[in-house]
Amino acid sequence: MGCSEMKTEEVIINTHIDKKISQTKFGEIKMFIHKHWVGYIMLVPFFILFIIFVVLPVIIALLLSFTDYNMLQPPKFVGLKNYELLFLDDKIFLTALGNTFLFAFIVGPIGYLMSFIAAWVINQLKLRNAFALAFYAPSITSGVAMSVVWLYFFSPDRYGLLNNLFINAGLIDNPILWTQDPNYIMPVIIVISIWMSLGNGFLVFLAGLQNINKEHYEAAAIDGVENRYQQLKYITLPMMKPQLLFGAISSITSSFGVFDIAVSVAGLPSPNYAGHTIVAHLYDYAFIRFQMGYSSAIATVLFIITYSFGHIIMRLLSTKDE
Amino acid sequence: MVKFKMTKSKMNVLKVKKEGKWTFVYIFMIALVAFTSLPLVYLISTAFKPLNELFLFPPRFFVKEPTLKNFTDLMLSLSSSTVPFTRYILNSLYVTVITVILTVFVSTLGAYSLVKHNPPGTRKLFKFIIATMMFSPYVTQIPRYLVVNSIGLVNKIAALIIPNIAVSYNFFLIKQFVEQFPNELLEAARIDGAGEFYTYWKIVMPVLTPAWSTLIVFSYVSSWNDYFSPLIYINNQALKTLPLALRTISGGGASIGRAGAVAAATMLMTIPTVVVFTSMQNKVMETMVHSGIKG
Repeated sequence: MGCSEMKTEEVIINTHIDKKISQTKFGEIKMFIHKHWVGYIMLVPFFILFIIFVVLPVIIALLLSFTDYNMLQPPKFVGLKNYELLFLDDKIFLTALGNTFLFAFIVGPIGYLMSFIAAWVINQLKLRNAFALAFYAPSITSGVAMSVVWLYFFSPDRYGLLNNLFINAGLIDNPILWTQDPNYIMPVIIVISIWMSLGNGFLVFLAGLQNINKEHYEAAAIDGVENRYQQLKYITLPMMKPQLLFGAISSITSSFGVFDIAVSVAGLPSPNYAGHTIVAHLYDYAFIRFQMGYSSAIATVLFIITYSFGHIIMRLLSTKDE
Repeated sequence: MVKFKMTKSKMNVLKVKKEGKWTFVYIFMIALVAFTSLPLVYLISTAFKPLNELFLFPPRFFVKEPTLKNFTDLMLSLSSSTVPFTRYILNSLYVTVITVILTVFVSTLGAYSLVKHNPPGTRKLFKFIIATMMFSPYVTQIPRYLVVNSIGLVNKIAALIIPNIAVSYNFFLIKQFVEQFPNELLEAARIDGAGEFYTYWKIVMPVLTPAWSTLIVFSYVSSWNDYFSPLIYINNQALKTLPLALRTISGGGASIGRAGAVAAATMLMTIPTVVVFTSMQNKVMETMVHSGIKG
């Protein structure tokens, strides 16, 4: 262990000590393996697949954000040029940023609260499963059926349900161009998204409610916690912290990642970029203009924004020392 | 006696009041779910619409003269295609079932280890998992294709399964439920000398039923409806799955004539999802009955 150039007596003493240390070190490793091997083995299947199919692509994308890459020629390193362009020259990106923040600040919290309240109420009803299915329907039938239904509501002609209603009520004379008028695009996207985004959070909360031991309610009843709202405040919410955290993180991720609904409502690009979001911008550069480098830079910025908000929520809702 | 009678009638008044409140809750919730279930209703109603109603303008929500013609059309257009349609169904089933089983297995095993064994370094790993959840999937699609391609999975059915097993979202979901798992139960198992994997399978998994039942629904829905993976990873017509096959039917030259067949197929494709959802919700409900945990 690096003591070969020393005097002989010292070497003898040192090797003796080294031997002892290596013995204990070997022992420590043995102890370590003995203590943790099961833990690591159980994580290995997830870990390997996660590294290959999730982490590796993310790292490649991060690296690409420092390059100019059109998917035909090999990537060319350009340093921070993409980021400079993004913040200094790209006015449309700033529009997208504004739209996304507006969207996330409205849809995130409202969707989160609504899906919790719905889960809490439905969990107490008879025919719970039928209610749950009906409530989860938008998530099951994603795609075609969904877009037809909302188009039925917001169709920009006289036959659209809302226009028809308003015209008959004498509120408006001409149909409102819900999906074409820049003033209405964002509100329409927000309403449809709230409607569609409830499913997954709802289902997790529903499962979380079942995961609370009934004995907690019984024990609390002895302490005088009787009515539903006290139960909610003192038992349900504290006990469901893990699920609440999960719901919050996934609603942050999905609301900052808004794209599908925005594009199917308003198109890409939308009139006057009124429905342009960060992911729409990123998609535009990746799959229409074939500028993967620039697109990756947009994704990295979006990631930093999402992670910052996620971090705050983790701090607020974490159960342990995470 | 009189006193008793009075209290009883008082109780009845209270009960009526309470019931009135519940009636209100039911009416409100029925109105709400009537609204959220519209797409499902539309899907069913459209499958039975005759051609003239399918292209009606302004569109009508409910079917007026229901017909089964769409389903016979579907059978006809399926029998005329080069690859038998049962092939797509089998492919879809195969991909979905294996993906769901493996993702449940890998996520529960990993999350249990992370929370309860907590070997050094895994807390950092968890932060990493959360972080990857937040990176836009659109940007990682192409790097992911490069990875899948370099492993040699392209144009193999495994390309639809293996990359979709380790999903950050799924891991996070299970991990949150494992946190609620009482340590006393694990200690009791250890004292009884139960092996690690026995403990995982016989003690942890039953208690985690609400968690993995929910995960099965999520994983099933995303895998069964996955249109993107077969589109980019599979060229071989015989390896394609239902969502892509459906678009092929609807996209062909005679697309207008086939709109009915597509509506019928879309409805049929949704039925297994409803079945899976319902049976998994039943499982969630059963949990407390079977696992006598004291938290």
